[in-house]
Amino acid sequence: MADVTTNMRRPSPAHASGPKPRRAFSRKNIMIYSILFVLAVYYLLPFYVMLMTSLKGLAEIRTGNIFAPPMEITFEPWAKAWATVCTGLNCDGLSRGFWNSVKITVPSVFFSIAVASVNGYALSMWRFKGANVFFTILIIGAFIPYQVMIYPIVVLLREIGLYGNLGGLVLVHTVFGMPILTLLFRNYFSSVPEELFKAARVDGARFWTIYFKIMLPMAVPIFVVAVILQTTAIWNDFLFGVIYTRPENYPMTVQLNNIVNSVTGVKEYNVNMAATLLSGVVPLTIYFLSGKLFVRGIAAGAVKG
Amino acid sequence: MKTFKAAALSALMATTAGQPMVAADLEVTHWWTSGAEAAAIRVIADAFKESGNGWTDGAIAGAGGVARPLITSRITGGDPMGATQFTHSSAMRELIEAGFMRDVTEIAEAQGWKAQIFPQSLLDSCTFEGKLYCVPSNIHSQQWLWLNNAVFEDNGLAVPQNWDEFVAAAPTLREKGIIPLAQGQQAWQIQLMFNVLMVSIGGPELFDKVYGELDADYAAGADVAKVFKAAAEARDLMDGSNVQAWNEAALLVTDGRAGGQIMGDWVQGEFMQAGLKAGEDFSCLPGLGVHEYITAAGDAFYFPKVDDPEIIAAQDELASVIVAPKTQVAFTAAKGALPVRRDVELSDPTPCMEKGMEILKDGRIVESINTMVSPDTVGRVTDLVVEFFADPDFTPEQAQEEFAEIIATAD
Amino acid sequence: MSQSGKPTALFKNLSAKIAAIPMVLTALMVFVGCSVWTIIYSFTNSRLLPSAEWVGLDQYERLWGTRRWLISIENLAIYGILMLILALVIGFLLAALIDQKIRFEDGFRTIFLYPYALSFIVTGLVWQWLLNPEFGIQNAVRNLGFETFSFDPLYNPDTVLYGVLIAGLWHTSGLVMCLMLAGLRGIDEDVWKATKIDGIPAWKTYIVVVIPMMRPVFITTLVLVTSGIIKLYDLVIAQTGGGPGLASEVPAKFVFDMMFVSQNLAQGFAASTMMLVAVIFVIIPWAYLEFGGKKHG
Repeated sequence: MADVTTNMRRPSPAHASGPKPRRAFSRKNIMIYSILFVLAVYYLLPFYVMLMTSLKGLAEIRTGNIFAPPMEITFEPWAKAWATVCTGLNCDGLSRGFWNSVKITVPSVFFSIAVASVNGYALSMWRFKGANVFFTILIIGAFIPYQVMIYPIVVLLREIGLYGNLGGLVLVHTVFGMPILTLLFRNYFSSVPEELFKAARVDGARFWTIYFKIMLPMAVPIFVVAVILQTTAIWNDFLFGVIYTRPENYPMTVQLNNIVNSVTGVKEYNVNMAATLLSGVVPLTIYFLSGKLFVRGIAAGAVKG
Repeated sequence: MKTFKAAALSALMATTAGQPMVAADLEVTHWWTSGAEAAAIRVIADAFKESGNGWTDGAIAGAGGVARPLITSRITGGDPMGATQFTHSSAMRELIEAGFMRDVTEIAEAQGWKAQIFPQSLLDSCTFEGKLYCVPSNIHSQQWLWLNNAVFEDNGLAVPQNWDEFVAAAPTLREKGIIPLAQGQQAWQIQLMFNVLMVSIGGPELFDKVYGELDADYAAGADVAKVFKAAAEARDLMDGSNVQAWNEAALLVTDGRAGGQIMGDWVQGEFMQAGLKAGEDFSCLPGLGVHEYITAAGDAFYFPKVDDPEIIAAQDELASVIVAPKTQVAFTAAKGALPVRRDVELSDPTPCMEKGMEILKDGRIVESINTMVSPDTVGRVTDLVVEFFADPDFTPEQAQEEFAEIIATAD
Repeated sequence: MSQSGKPTALFKNLSAKIAAIPMVLTALMVFVGCSVWTIIYSFTNSRLLPSAEWVGLDQYERLWGTRRWLISIENLAIYGILMLILALVIGFLLAALIDQKIRFEDGFRTIFLYPYALSFIVTGLVWQWLLNPEFGIQNAVRNLGFETFSFDPLYNPDTVLYGVLIAGLWHTSGLVMCLMLAGLRGIDEDVWKATKIDGIPAWKTYIVVVIPMMRPVFITTLVLVTSGIIKLYDLVIAQTGGGPGLASEVPAKFVFDMMFVSQNLAQGFAASTMMLVAVIFVIIPWAYLEFGGKKHG
C-alpha cells in the first residue's frame, strides 16, 4: 500500500479543504444546510426518544406519544437504573458493574493498543519475510464472527490457565482488537517519511529506540483513534464479559442485559432507556470530547497506505 | 407448617451430620431475572444463606442466547459455577456423560426423595445410568389456553370451553377488531404453541408416537394432519398479533385487545397482576379443553463436579434446601409454579392451579419434548413451525410433509 | 538490525521478529488454529461437546439442504450489498458536505458519529421501538392527522431487512463519514486549485480525481464495514430476533443457534466454515494484489 508515498506532506486536517469558498446565503449553502439538517434529525431521533422516555413517568409513557417531551420531568428512572433496579438477586442497578467495566476496559485497551501499535510499526518499517502473510491472516480474522470462536477460545484459555479470570478476558480483547488496530497503525506508520526512519537507522538507533523515541511521539493522533475505537468496543462488549469471567467481574452490560431483557408485567421503558443511556455515558463522553481528534487521527493514519 | 419445618430441619441434619459446619460462597447461575422469578430465587437464596453459606448470584437474562453457552463454557473450561439452573432436558446429558456433573444420589437417598418427589417423572428425567444428576425445583406446565372472559361476554359470546368453541367464536371477535389469539413471535413461543396443539388436539398417544417412538409414517398420517389443520387455524387467529415477548401478548389479552393466548402456566401471574381474577375474569383451559394432559417438566438445578470440599458441602446444602418443604411452599408461590413434592399443600391456589394439581395427581401427564428428543431436533421443528406460522401461503400439507422428514431423521 | 555478527536470514530484523511474536501467535494460534480446529470438527458429529466421530461431508449436505441457512445467506447478501453501497454513499456524501467549510462542523460531525459509540444491542432496541407501529413513528405520524400512514417494516417479511438496514446505517455511516472526511482532508489543496483552473466541475473532480486518490481510505472503510456486515448478529437479535418467521435470519445467528441452542456444534462449525471460506475467497486475491510483487522497505 506504499503507492501513495508521493504524497508525503502531512495532511492539514484542522481546516476544511472543500472545493469552494463559502458565501453566507448562496443557494448552494442553503441546500447543504438543509440536507445536513434533515440527516441530523435522523441521527438524533433515537437519542432524543431515549432521553425523553427516560425522563417520563410510566403512566405518561403508556398514554403519551414517544416523541412528546415529558410533561413532568422525573429523574427517578435514572436513579433507579443506576442504584436500585434489580438484576437477579442484586438490587443495586448498574452501579454494580461500573467499576468492573472500568477494570476490564482499561487494561484491555492498554494492552490491545500496545501490541497493535508495535505490530503496525514492525509491519510498516521492518518488513520481515512472511510479515504480510501474518497480516493477511489477521485481516481475515477481522471477518470471523466472534460467536464461532467462543468454544475454541475456551479450550485455549483453559490450556494456558487463564480461563475465568480478568487476565483471560484482557487477552481475548487484545486478540480480537488486533486485526483492525494493526491495520490502522500499519497504515499510519507507512505514511511516516521513510527518510526519517532511514536517518535514524544510520545513526544506529535500534528497533525499540526508534519506536519509543521517534514513532510514538509522532503517532499520538492515531493512538487517540485506537483508544476511542477500543474503548467503545470493549465497554459495549457483553458476550465475552459473560463467558470469560465470573459474576464478581461481570461488566455493566450484563446488568443492562438483565434489566432490558427481563420480562414481567409492564415493561419499565423509562428505566430501560435510562439504563441504556447510562451504560453509554463513557463512550459517548469520549466521543463528544474527542470527536475532532478522531477525524484528525484517522486523517493522519488511514489516508496514506 | 410446623411439620414442614421439622422435616426441613431433619433434612438439614441429614446432610450436615458428621461434617463440620463450613461455609463457602456458592456461585449460582440462573436466568430468573424478572419480577416473580427473582422473588422466587430469593426464597431459595435466603433459605440457603441461613446455613451460613454465601450466595454469589450469577443472574443472566435470556436462557437460550447467553446462559447456555455460558454454562457449557464454564463447565468445560474447567472453571465451573457451584450450581446452575436448567430446564429439564436432554441438553445436559452430554455433560453428564462426559463426567462434568456431580450426582446427588446420596442426598436423595438420605432424604427419601423417591417417596416425596411427585410426579416420579421429575426424578426420571434427572436420572442417568441409575444416578441422580439434578434437583427438580418446580413444575411448570405448558398446555393452557388463557381467555379473557369479558372479551367474549361483551361481544355476546359464551366463554369458550374448548378449542373448537374458541375457533367458532373467532370470526365475531375479528369483526369487532379484536385479535382472537395473541401469541408472541419469538421462536420458542411458536414452538411451544405448536407442541401444545400436538398434545391437546392430537392427544397424548399421538404425542408419544411422534416424539417418543419417532414414527415418521405416523407423523405423515391422518391423525397428525388434524394437528396441522388446527395449526393453520391458529395461524389465522393470531394474525395481527405483532408482539415479541410472551408478556406483551398477555397484555393484549388482559387489555381486551385479544381474546386468548396459548402459553404455559407462568402467564397466570401476568393476568393476576393486571387485576383479573382466575375463574371470574379469566379462564384457563388445560389441554385447550380437548385432551386435558399437561407436561410435568419444569426447572431443575445441576451441580458441576468440583474439587473444593467446602463447595461440595455447599452444593449438598443447596440441593436439600431446594426440595425442603418449607422452601417449596414459598418458592412455588412466588414463582406461580407447582411444587415438586406431594406432601406440600399450595398456600393460596387459584382455580387454575388447582386444576393443574388435579391433573398431575390423576397422572394425566405427558413427557416434555425437551426430554424426548435432542435439542437439535427441537431446533429443527422450531425452524419449521416458525416459518409455517409466519407465512400464510405455507400449506399445512407441505408443513406436515417436512415435519415427517424431520421425525424420520430425528434423535 | 544486522550489526551483530554474521547476518543470517533468521537473525535479520531480530527485534522486529521478537516484537511481532504476539501477532504471530495470535494469527497462528487463534485465527489459524481455531479455524482449523473448527474445520476439522465440522466433519464430525459433535453435539454439545467436540467428538471425534468422523462423518465426512454429512454436515455440509445437511447444511445446504436447510432452508433456514439458505434464507440466512440470501438475507446477508441483500443486507450486505445495500449496507456497503449506502454506507459508503451516505458516508461520503456527509463527508463531502461537511467539508464545504460549513459552520457548526464539530456539531454535525458529533451528531453523525455518536451512534457508533453505542452497542448494536442498544441500536437494535431503540430502532425496534421507533419502528413499532403501535407507538413509534407510524403512530406519531397518524396522530398528526395522516390516518392511513403506514410504516412498519419490522412486521412484514418483505421489508424487515430494510428495517434492520435503517438501524445498521444509523450506527455505522457516521464512522464512514469520519473516515471519508479524514480522506478528503488529506487531499492536497493544490488538487482543487488545479481542477478549478481547468474548469472541471466539483462533482467531476470528486469522481475522477479525489476518490481514486482516497483508495487507502476506501480500503480501511471496506474492511471495517464488511467485517461488521458478516458479523451481523446482535442487531438482529435485539431488533427482530430473526423474524417475522425466518425473514431476518443471518448466518452468524444460524451458527450461534446451532452451536448453543440446538447444541449441534458440528453443524454450526460447518456453517462457520462456509463463512470462512467465503471470506478467504475474497481476501486472499485482494492481499495478493496488495502485497504481491512489492519490494520490501
